[in-house]
Amino acid sequence: MSEIKTGGQIIWESLMHEGVEVVFGLPGGAILPTYDDLAKYEYPIHHVLVTHEQGASHMADGYARATGRVGVCIATSGPGATNLITGLATAYMDSTPVVAITGQVPTSLLGRDGFQEADVQGVSLPVTKHNYLITDIKDLPDAIKEAFYIARTGRPGPVLVDVCKDVQQASMPFKYPETVNLPGYNPNINAPDPTAVSHAARLINEAKKPVIVAGQGVSIAKAEAELRQLAEKADIPVATSLLGIGAFPGTHPLSISWGGMHGEAYCNYALQECDVLFAIGARLDDRLTGAFDTFAPKARIIHVDLDPAEMGKNITIDTPVIGDALLTLRGLLPQIEPNEHPTWLEQIAEWKADTGDRDILAQETDELIAPYVIRALWHATGEGNATVVTDVGQHQMWEAQYYHHIKRRSLLTSGGLGTMGYGLPAAIGAQMGLPDEEIWVVAGDGGFQMTMVELSTIVQEKLPIKIAIINNGFLGMVRQWQDVFYNKRHAGTPLFNPDFVKIAEAYGIPARAVTSKEEAPDAIKQAQAYDGPFLLDFQVEEFTNVYPMVTPGKSNADMIRRPNSMTPQGE
Amino acid sequence: MSEPELKRHTINAWMEDKPGVLNRVAGLFRRRNFNIESLAVGHSETPGISRMTFVAYGTERDMRQIQTQLDKLINVTRIEDVTHKPSIRRELALIKVKANSQTRAEVMQLVDIYRASIVDVNMDSLIIQIVGKEDQVDSLIKLLQSFGIQEMVRTGRVAMTRGESDRASEGTDTAVPAQQNGHH
Repeated sequence: MSEIKTGGQIIWESLMHEGVEVVFGLPGGAILPTYDDLAKYEYPIHHVLVTHEQGASHMADGYARATGRVGVCIATSGPGATNLITGLATAYMDSTPVVAITGQVPTSLLGRDGFQEADVQGVSLPVTKHNYLITDIKDLPDAIKEAFYIARTGRPGPVLVDVCKDVQQASMPFKYPETVNLPGYNPNINAPDPTAVSHAARLINEAKKPVIVAGQGVSIAKAEAELRQLAEKADIPVATSLLGIGAFPGTHPLSISWGGMHGEAYCNYALQECDVLFAIGARLDDRLTGAFDTFAPKARIIHVDLDPAEMGKNITIDTPVIGDALLTLRGLLPQIEPNEHPTWLEQIAEWKADTGDRDILAQETDELIAPYVIRALWHATGEGNATVVTDVGQHQMWEAQYYHHIKRRSLLTSGGLGTMGYGLPAAIGAQMGLPDEEIWVVAGDGGFQMTMVELSTIVQEKLPIKIAIINNGFLGMVRQWQDVFYNKRHAGTPLFNPDFVKIAEAYGIPARAVTSKEEAPDAIKQAQAYDGPFLLDFQVEEFTNVYPMVTPGKSNADMIRRPNSMTPQGE
Repeated sequence: MSEPELKRHTINAWMEDKPGVLNRVAGLFRRRNFNIESLAVGHSETPGISRMTFVAYGTERDMRQIQTQLDKLINVTRIEDVTHKPSIRRELALIKVKANSQTRAEVMQLVDIYRASIVDVNMDSLIIQIVGKEDQVDSLIKLLQSFGIQEMVRTGRVAMTRGESDRASEGTDTAVPAQQNGHH
């Protein structure tokens, strides 16, 4: 029997059918009927009140990346919904499953420019996998069912459901649909074409200098074990994309770290010199490849992805394999012959030694430099046992270089959109999903300030998140570009910062400023020992830059290296 | 590397007839910087499914991107590139041309030659309807220009493959070839 339910009830009960336990949101006029039903019917869904709706969409994203489940955020019409957009665009670029529910003005007022009306379906169109505007309650259950199905299947992504206020107030007999009817949706979750897999196996077996590039798709498909089997069986070095970090243990002998604009130099050399490149679950974007026509110039390229639109989008490929990463690896493994590539691995080891010689940590300095902080954090967290959520900028690149991740999905970072302000709210989402995990936010002083209002959410939810601000007094990565490409004219990059310790303390979060190398390990221990959130303000050397650096539009082969002696400041 | 060759492709797309679907398609073309020369849309033989024909211009890579990206739209049910398939391609034009008692006969003669038709007559103008391939339409328009074209509307190309239909409007074509061109 179907009981009569309001639109608001239908929203909550549909979320419960989807297994949702937590939503991130902020109420307002057009979503009030739905909020009222949450209180009235005491649904067992935990609502996390955020300070700004951008935080809600980043939290849903962080929750989804950390747990693999769909993250849910909720906001009112107009500015509430438009504030979600940056988080949805972030999730869209990085293929994160998020469902956003937004209130909309009543159907009678649609298109009349009433208070807090915005065309949210139109605004969110290019940054969602799909979206809905619900003007009739009979469409609501199907829309929510489809939203979750679309968000989590195939290549995941955000889906927005915009619900008119009168639809939330209307009522009808409700039964949650059991199936979806989406004739135009093909998530390609099946095994790939066996011919393509055999072709790929033959290329891999014949390779003399093979390299694997593993992307986030490996983790989304939970194919890390199979990837490792492939690498070990055929003795192939594994690079990852930035988002692929964690898909292969960073400490494994076959790991060659990650490549691209600020990836490890030895990894870039391996990518440029390899004769077969097996890319799996990575979309081969410009930050990884450098100038498209210069990438892996000697390689036959196999590209495994379940999104056919990624095939040949940026890089001309030899063997496209359309399918799920796990099923592809399972199909591939029996066809892969055990192999050894000692000469090739020796060559890579030589490049790696050179990278080590140029490592900033190999150079004598008494200054507190950011890479040192990251390395200290890595040691303090059992050499890779924490989940780190970064913001965007220099600290993000150093985190990726110096924190060798050994656990799947243990680095959450905005790779595609490069959203400053992502770190703190995404960590809140991650901690809500993984309450027992040690979670660190590593953020720059610029990005941290964009969303630090969510410190109140940390306190409200009693989350033990540890925050490390890498504070160099600059929008550091932008400053680095100015150093390299704009003759060191620092337009708009020096920051006026508040006292971050006082800011934290104002929220009731204990904090400590760290100004010297000696203090760093002890400060990290103090934060870890504290039963609750803790903020560390690492006031690092200002002018250190990230190396290597590939000039945009240039080949990875032409990356700018750090000279193998201590460089003057600003170089 | 040689410059990639630019080509004109005729592509059919079937889509669920839902609010905003045209906006999704047009938005995708704009966002991905696709070069679209014409676009015609209307009902298909299946209730609830619209059919669009569009003519796109670009490299082979562009054409694959247009189709695979379009195919990812949830409401798009099928894509078919008819460029290299035996197919009928037509467009319709209405042309209002100046014609008085002295010139009318000459205009009508042209209409006859092009197997067009006159659908409205006035003292000093005619409306001509032509259905044909674009080059025929272009050619008639060129000839009519000397009489003075007052108004014109063209529908853009519509296309249909010859012979038996192998598929219904539902079901998705994956627009990536099994094997792409070599890397070198």
